[in-house]
Amino acid sequence: MAEDLILNETLRGGAMWSWTLKRGTALRLTATEAGANVSALFLNADAPLERYNMPDTLKAQFIAYLTQGNVLYSDMGRVLCSIIEDACGWHDTLCGATDARLTEAKYGATSYQRQRNEMNRNGRDNFLIELGKYGLGRRDLPVPVNFFSKVVVDDDGNLKFQAGNARAGMAVELRAEMNVLVVLSNTPHPLDPSGSYAPPPVRVQIRRVPAPGADDPCRRFRAENARGFLNTESLFR
Amino acid sequence: MPTLVYTESALQARDAVHDEILPAGKGWLHPIRAGQYFRILDLEGNQAVDTLFFNAADAGDRYDAINTIRAQGNIFLTTGTRLISSEGNVLLTITADTCGRHDTLGGACSAESNTVRYALEKRHMHSCRDSFLLQMAHSREGLTKRDLASNINFFMNVPVTPKGELTFADGVSAPGKYVEMRADMDVLCLISNCPQLNNPCNAYNPTPIRLLIWDPPAAG
Repeated sequence: MAEDLILNETLRGGAMWSWTLKRGTALRLTATEAGANVSALFLNADAPLERYNMPDTLKAQFIAYLTQGNVLYSDMGRVLCSIIEDACGWHDTLCGATDARLTEAKYGATSYQRQRNEMNRNGRDNFLIELGKYGLGRRDLPVPVNFFSKVVVDDDGNLKFQAGNARAGMAVELRAEMNVLVVLSNTPHPLDPSGSYAPPPVRVQIRRVPAPGADDPCRRFRAENARGFLNTESLFR
Repeated sequence: MPTLVYTESALQARDAVHDEILPAGKGWLHPIRAGQYFRILDLEGNQAVDTLFFNAADAGDRYDAINTIRAQGNIFLTTGTRLISSEGNVLLTITADTCGRHDTLGGACSAESNTVRYALEKRHMHSCRDSFLLQMAHSREGLTKRDLASNINFFMNVPVTPKGELTFADGVSAPGKYVEMRADMDVLCLISNCPQLNNPCNAYNPTPIRLLIWDPPAAG
């Protein structure tokens, strides 16, 4: 196990991060404290016009959140990543990331001039900075996933943030099924009612993992996923 | 089933400055100016109208499904919903709705997603993504697939259960139902009148819609 570890870092609160997650490797995110939230983007690293598609992901699997056994679909009918392990049980797909306006309205104005690197970073700006390093911009922004956060929808369609979804030590692991550009922003969930800006650190680990077999639980989650894997694997034959 | 609220509009078709029928399977890219009212009418009932909006002055500022549902704390679009852009601007506001709810989570059908959702052999079937891309290819604004974000499905009903299941419920629309909105800025509207034959979003029978635009009411 240890010799398969490619990367082992900690993302401090507010941090942005990106990585080309190669097919055959997996990204493991671990909440070091309760109240973690990591907003995340997924794009095909080899052709980033292909990117995570929230509706296609939800429709194919008849779900409104992500957990172990689910996959993240691109807009091309292919699987970007599979969730091979999840202690948390629910990751939000519906609420997106914070932006500058929301962050200032909720936590007050901060600036580099006054707070230096303790200024309050926001999800959208973090994403735009990281995407810019790959020649991508706001037109390329897919809908983010919010790892560790839970938002339920009631019968009338109202969104309700559920505090306490992730506890210290809980991890989620995503296996890349193609070469995936992953962008992370360790910034608060936009519906988190807490008025203090304090995103806890999150551990980021990458390791080599075996290719999914015929009996892989993500492949077998639904017949739709089996077809999604076929579409993806034909890229790499 | 929660109670749906219906709101009528006083605008008359004879006063419209634009009035056209869009057959099923067709795309439409059209400007709507600030202050104008825009109505989509479901002529035969249970038709899904896949719709995107762009800030006419800055196409990189586009309809954002997530910002829209987050701003109102609810996943359904109806009278009073402000359609919010990716930069946080109000593109349009829904001012009348005789259907009661509209979806913005279900996205648009595509050849590729049809292979996943139904069968690999469904790739050849016409789809909303194709209609969007063809309209974009002819757009003077230079819109491309990069600009395709999560859309609105007018007249579609896609509830989420408290357990987090996404469901495709029976349509809440019927012949003659409509949704009307006021443009809060100059926008471009991109529509695919959905050709999907594989699921009940169109009652397996895609049908035409009517699109009407009114100029702002005279001041005073």
